[in-house]
Amino acid sequence: MSNATEPTGTTNKKRGVQLPFKKAFEFALNTIKIRFWRSMITAGGVFLGIAFLASVLTSKAVAGANVSVTEAARSNWLVALSLLVCAVGITNAMLMSVTERFREIGTMKCLGALEQFIVKIFLIEAALMGAIASSLGYLTGTLLMVATKYFSFNPKTAFHGETWIGSFTGGAFGMNLVLCVGLGIVLTMVATLFPAITASRIPPAAALRSDV
Amino acid sequence: MSNEKSNGTGKVEYVVRAKDLTKEFVMGNEVTRALKGISIDIKRGEYISIIGPSGSGKSTFFNMIGGLDKPNSGTVFINDVDMAQLDANELAFLRCHTIGYIFQTFNLIPVMTALENVMLPTVFAGMPSDEGAARAMELLDTVGLGHRYHHKPGQLSGGQQQRVAIARALANNPAIVLADEPTGNLDQNTGSEIIALLRQLNQEHNVTIITATHDPKMIRVSDRAVIIRDGLVDQIQNRAEIEAEFTTNDGH
Repeated sequence: MSNATEPTGTTNKKRGVQLPFKKAFEFALNTIKIRFWRSMITAGGVFLGIAFLASVLTSKAVAGANVSVTEAARSNWLVALSLLVCAVGITNAMLMSVTERFREIGTMKCLGALEQFIVKIFLIEAALMGAIASSLGYLTGTLLMVATKYFSFNPKTAFHGETWIGSFTGGAFGMNLVLCVGLGIVLTMVATLFPAITASRIPPAAALRSDV
Repeated sequence: MSNEKSNGTGKVEYVVRAKDLTKEFVMGNEVTRALKGISIDIKRGEYISIIGPSGSGKSTFFNMIGGLDKPNSGTVFINDVDMAQLDANELAFLRCHTIGYIFQTFNLIPVMTALENVMLPTVFAGMPSDEGAARAMELLDTVGLGHRYHHKPGQLSGGQQQRVAIARALANNPAIVLADEPTGNLDQNTGSEIIALLRQLNQEHNVTIITATHDPKMIRVSDRAVIIRDGLVDQIQNRAEIEAEFTTNDGH
């Protein structure tokens, strides 16, 4: 009997599986909007981590050859550690968010959502949060470091003298921006992967539970 | 009586056929046998209530005929499809197209408007969004909330939220609507309205309604009431028996 319904079933299912990216994007954007401050706190770690990265990058570009090799290695190490800590923070916050949305996710699965749709929503959400937070982080880190360097060097020579090595151009700013935002997005998404998979495994029967 | 509803050829059509269902839960060294061999056939267009004290296996049974859980042994056929043969994607497809769910706690998605909530199953079914929106508006009108389509769940009362949830359950024209304590979180009057709406949809659209409930008002409008005790079907009451029981109870 099931054979009789299969042909139409398969074609419909194919259409159902490929849920438009636009829908998932809209959904994720709405979720961030509604829980804006919650999302911003989650992304706070990325903001701080990327701000730190941007400041180190700016400082290096500004100081150029004046930075010793050991000092550069040390700051790289510090940045890597702080980014790692922020990734763990995001994973933690996203796991909490999955627990909060336990029933909501179960309901969506009852309505026919596939596991990959749930993963998609969480990852898009993460990418958006990462993009916003790391852009702000880049701006903050760069501006603060430029200001610090400007005032700590002789103001007269700051932007003309030899302490500002020629590598510090608009191009360097652009490169740093791409690096910071790119890393911020990737980092947030990687940190969200495990919570997203956890969310996608929530059974549809979770929707019936009234105790969460 | 809709008990005797048939598909016109004189043959009774079964939308759910469950046979010898058993389910065990293992907790540590202890094995709990939630279901000990339940069989039931549910006809198309029937309004059926599943009743039982907590711990009777009622919820487990309910989840099984709703495609939410799998039995240890026994078979469930929904629309002549054996549930045990389906993989995760096919089960999702079945939930999307064949079954509509209504919950005690309404479970609307808080970040979406009433219209978007009702549209959601059509999105999962791959329906183009203008078509889905038209379908959702039509359903919201049916449940009497067409004018509140742009409101978020938080701006609606409990009864209104449940109406939206009913509209959502019907979005893909399911053969079965599963309602888990649909009046459990509502006051008496609102509960009665929801029951009347479900009954009306049941009769107008010939959709099969299966509820797990404690609500006497809900049981009273049922075509059949299945009473589950200790993992077995204790009794199946038909329309006349339900009515008789209520009449004697009312006498007290």
